Amino acid sequence: MTTRRRLIPYWLLAPGAIWLALFFVVPMYFMGELALRSGTFTEGFESAFQISNFSDALSGHTNQVVRSFVYAGTATLIALLIAYPLAYAIALRAGRWRLLLLFAVIAPFFTTYLIRTIAWKTILADDSPVVSVLQALQLVPEDGRVLATGGAVIAGLTYNFLPFMILPIYASLERMDTGLIEAGKDLYASSTQTFLRVTLPITAPGIVAGVLLTFIPAVGDYVNAEILGGTGTAMIGNVIQSLYLEQRNYPEAAALSFLMMLAILIVVLIYLRVAGSGAFMGDEDERRA
Amino acid sequence: MTKRFGDVVAVDDLSIAFAEGEFFTLLGPSGCGKTTTLRMIAGFEQETAGQVLIDGEDVAGLPPYKRPTNTVFQSYALFPHLSVRDNVAFGLKRKGVDRAETERRVSEELGRVGLAQEANRRPAQLSGGQQQRVALARALVNLPKVLLLDEPLGALDLKLRKGLQVELKRIQREVGITFVYVTHDQEEALTMSDRIAVMNRGRVEQVGDPEQVYDRPATSFVAGFIGVSNLMPGTVASAGARGEVKLDAGVTIKASTDGLSAGARCQAVVRPEKLQVSDPKGRADRKQPSVEGVVESSLYLGTSTQLIVRLPDSVAMTVLVPNADEAERQRLPGGGAKVRLSWAPEHMHLVPVAGPAGGDSSDG
Repeated sequence: MTTRRRLIPYWLLAPGAIWLALFFVVPMYFMGELALRSGTFTEGFESAFQISNFSDALSGHTNQVVRSFVYAGTATLIALLIAYPLAYAIALRAGRWRLLLLFAVIAPFFTTYLIRTIAWKTILADDSPVVSVLQALQLVPEDGRVLATGGAVIAGLTYNFLPFMILPIYASLERMDTGLIEAGKDLYASSTQTFLRVTLPITAPGIVAGVLLTFIPAVGDYVNAEILGGTGTAMIGNVIQSLYLEQRNYPEAAALSFLMMLAILIVVLIYLRVAGSGAFMGDEDERRA
Repeated sequence: MTKRFGDVVAVDDLSIAFAEGEFFTLLGPSGCGKTTTLRMIAGFEQETAGQVLIDGEDVAGLPPYKRPTNTVFQSYALFPHLSVRDNVAFGLKRKGVDRAETERRVSEELGRVGLAQEANRRPAQLSGGQQQRVALARALVNLPKVLLLDEPLGALDLKLRKGLQVELKRIQREVGITFVYVTHDQEEALTMSDRIAVMNRGRVEQVGDPEQVYDRPATSFVAGFIGVSNLMPGTVASAGARGEVKLDAGVTIKASTDGLSAGARCQAVVRPEKLQVSDPKGRADRKQPSVEGVVESSLYLGTSTQLIVRLPDSVAMTVLVPNADEAERQRLPGGGAKVRLSWAPEHMHLVPVAGPAGGDSSDG
């Protein structure tokens, strides 16, 4: 009886574990195995332990790799700057409009990702009002265009992943005891100081979650670059897609996918390390140590 | 000062002068405006009309961080991301007090509340009582001119609360800072305060020291809210310091009816522990006013026995008889017995009957 009870947590864990094994560990193995093969699509690929696939994948596409991180990083930063004030307003100032505004944040998901991105093609088209305004403000040269530039790709990435930034920040703000803001002001901190020393550090976990949820899918994204980008805006996702579906170079595509996962993992670990140390969480204790 | 939220008047033309260094309590039922009053002093709410003067200086319109006040919040509102020490140092750092001085004062304050050992812990690692002490230290370390406490013991269990009441009072004497304390717990108010303002519906019903408020309640609301009171309705027969009142229970009693006019309705207040029970067939002390009634129930409460006695005008009187002597307790009349209730004249006090708006004496 007691042994059976002790096993219950493992039974509850089992479906998830089996899922992870079948659809993550096993495919990873096959992909790893594929990444080391040699040969061509027509003649067939054979196991050869060809490590050079990895170096070829990296050296051939350095630009796209760097570009992916720059685009995704920029989009994440812009999304954070838009999301935090918005989440703050919804959580602490919206009153009875809160649910409606929250619904408005999620509403775009009722349309598919692809359609939403194609809609941005119209928004950023050369003769669109948006571009005319940008030209009038001299943010874009008179004869310049927005579509098919890196800016358009970043705009698309920002737009598409913004809700993933808003929701965790909203959740952390909503959970925060607003008495803490009053306590800050009661203890001689101005509104700005209270925000920097109380609100921001306390909602930092929401920011960390939002940044990860935005950055990770944005680095691997290829739809935005495909639809909104032009020449010289390709990201790793586009390279992998072309290696796989057009050049049929499966080993190199697999190798690049692997490297990409590794790079994201490293960036995320560094990020969590820095964020978790409290360096930008206003943690006066640990900064002193 | 007055505070309105839309059409609702939360605090109605309130005016209180706090003396320097006193422990002042705003006491009242929930929704009486006591917390709103506190929040106006702190600067979290703007008064609709009137002003807040601290040391003769008008602080109206100043944000909380520019006022010489600090608050101990009901929920403590300790910063969860900071250690106990950094919580306490928060205010001093914002004021730009230098490092050595900050450290010294923080240590001193933590020592005062008995938390020197816990300085490096996070608030979440402390018990409720310890968190409450951190909140107190965090506010006191800034040496505010007025310390505002919003039901700081409300979330603690009874035993801990009793201990902290004594400690709060000790700390207040030690630092000599004016404490303005908000509570709905009348016992807490009586134990700790130098003076109490009893509030109801946004107005102050009475300001006085604990003895005054308890023994000579100014209104039937105060009489009902603080402790258990027996309110015997009657009519003023003749006014003046040596006047008379005719109780509905059928007796006429000599009493000071100052401030009341002949023919006015009033209530005679006598505390349950001031009533003596005797046999109605025995001889009555002529100097002691008395009424007769029938015992309805008798309840053993440990330190005392509570009798409910029904008077002829159907008013129920509560009597507390101390259980000092077991033999005496056995002799107490049981249900159905006729008894005489008497009291010393100085223990009775008349209050005017308020209009229908303020007539209820229950807390609510």
